[in-house]
Amino acid sequence: MMQETPGYRIFRRTTLALLTVFVGAPLVVMVSTAIKPLSQVQSAFRWIPTQPTLRPFVEMWSTVPLARYFANSVIVASVSTVLSVTVAIMAAYAVSRWRFRGRESFRLAVLATQMFPGVLFLLPLFLLFVMVDRLTGLALVGSRTGLVITYLTFALPYAIWMLVSYFETIPHELDDAAKVDGCGPVRLLVSVLLPAARPVIVAVSIFSFMLAWGEVLFASVLTSEQTRTVSIGLQSYASEANVYWNQVMAASLVVSAPIVVAFLLLQRHITSGLTAGAVK
Amino acid sequence: MSTLKLTQYQLARWWEAPRAGLANYRVVLDVDQPTGASLLHSFLITVAFTLIVVAISWSLGVAGAISLQRVRVGRAALRTLFLVPYALPVFAAVITWRFLLQRDNGMLNHVLVDQLGLLNGNAFYLIGPNSFWSLCVVTIWREWPFAFLMILAALQSIPEDVYEAAGMDGAGPWRQLRNITLPMIAPVNQVLVLVLALRTFRDFETPYVLFGGSAPDQARLLSVEIYQNSFETFNFGLGSAMSVLLLVFLMVMTASYLVITRRRT
Repeated sequence: MMQETPGYRIFRRTTLALLTVFVGAPLVVMVSTAIKPLSQVQSAFRWIPTQPTLRPFVEMWSTVPLARYFANSVIVASVSTVLSVTVAIMAAYAVSRWRFRGRESFRLAVLATQMFPGVLFLLPLFLLFVMVDRLTGLALVGSRTGLVITYLTFALPYAIWMLVSYFETIPHELDDAAKVDGCGPVRLLVSVLLPAARPVIVAVSIFSFMLAWGEVLFASVLTSEQTRTVSIGLQSYASEANVYWNQVMAASLVVSAPIVVAFLLLQRHITSGLTAGAVK
Repeated sequence: MSTLKLTQYQLARWWEAPRAGLANYRVVLDVDQPTGASLLHSFLITVAFTLIVVAISWSLGVAGAISLQRVRVGRAALRTLFLVPYALPVFAAVITWRFLLQRDNGMLNHVLVDQLGLLNGNAFYLIGPNSFWSLCVVTIWREWPFAFLMILAALQSIPEDVYEAAGMDGAGPWRQLRNITLPMIAPVNQVLVLVLALRTFRDFETPYVLFGGSAPDQARLLSVEIYQNSFETFNFGLGSAMSVLLLVFLMVMTASYLVITRRRT
């Protein structure tokens, strides 16, 4: 390990200190506000609550129908995650293990979809849903199905891209060995490739779930009061005349906690999956 | 679709809406008319916003990653803390910022006015000229951990003995940073800057949650402009003409970025 000059050490420590404050301050406020009574939130700001209370965590369920939003989010996010990971595994398997016409263009098309702003998809998708509704009577606007389809179209390209990158790193000799042992293509996927790709599958699942859980734009247009997800639901505390900031923060904590904890526990997998896709 | 004269009245049977030819594009690109002028305005704001956010997020990411590299105690804890803004769902993070930036009961005014005495009176952060900077800060808060994560991964691929050799040749930490670390992470930077720029340029969720439905003029990003034209004034034809232009712009920018950076390496 090399020698550190004092100047470098000061730079290093200052950077870390400033970043800690910048990142940490909003998080501290989030937690401390969630345990304040309403009167303290509406008056001048203070860092530490004088009378900490857990009431916001109780009241937040009745101010807005948070439980319903929560259930909607869980359904939409889980279904779209399961579907996108399953489809992505099959697509990535095909792209990395079989030569077929249009293989390269498929890969490029998958990458290209990463570039497009969501706003660009919003109108076409909305109009397509309207058309499907007209033609088949299947109401997609305002339904959870519509939202699942939407998130599928976002999560899939990313999932496919990451899985293909990872499958490519698994040596093809492994396939040959398995074939000699009498493995068919399905067994090859299920018992050779999938176990080897477990970290990246975990990463992809978390990403798909986070994407559906946190999405705001499409949820704001494509849901009705009955199918609203938490990402939009939280706004209804804030848009009322009297903003219950303590309940907003409590609700934010509750809806973020599962995802943040999962992300942080699996950060090693996620880092490797993320960089495998990008650094390549 | 951008060639249709489409409003909410035709929405249910949109494919029968009257043709408009290129009229939507003419309206959108005419900078002397309100629609065109406001599009140009939000385009310029978006460009400035993207440059600022990408530059600062990248710098913070690099500074954070190289600073953390030598830490021995508490390294995992700091790394985890820095990743929280990235893991937090957008709406939760931005709503928290919205509270911090409140004029009368927010944290920022409390710190600046009451605790540090830097300002004389409470300032507005969510309307007026400050709103642009608020938007930048919140976006940087959310985006820099991504840069941090990618650069941290890239740093791990630099073998330790390169540094040892350089240290024996008498290169101090600053020279090592300039001559070893930065060149070695250049390939990651190429992808990272592109991804950051694309994400920032199209960001919709931060302004939408931070300001509510209608963003103040100083912080009206392109995506907000398109959204408002499409879903608030229901001018779908204009909205899609803007979308197409945005798409063309992004494709040209990405292609030229890739060509330029390829040629240099």
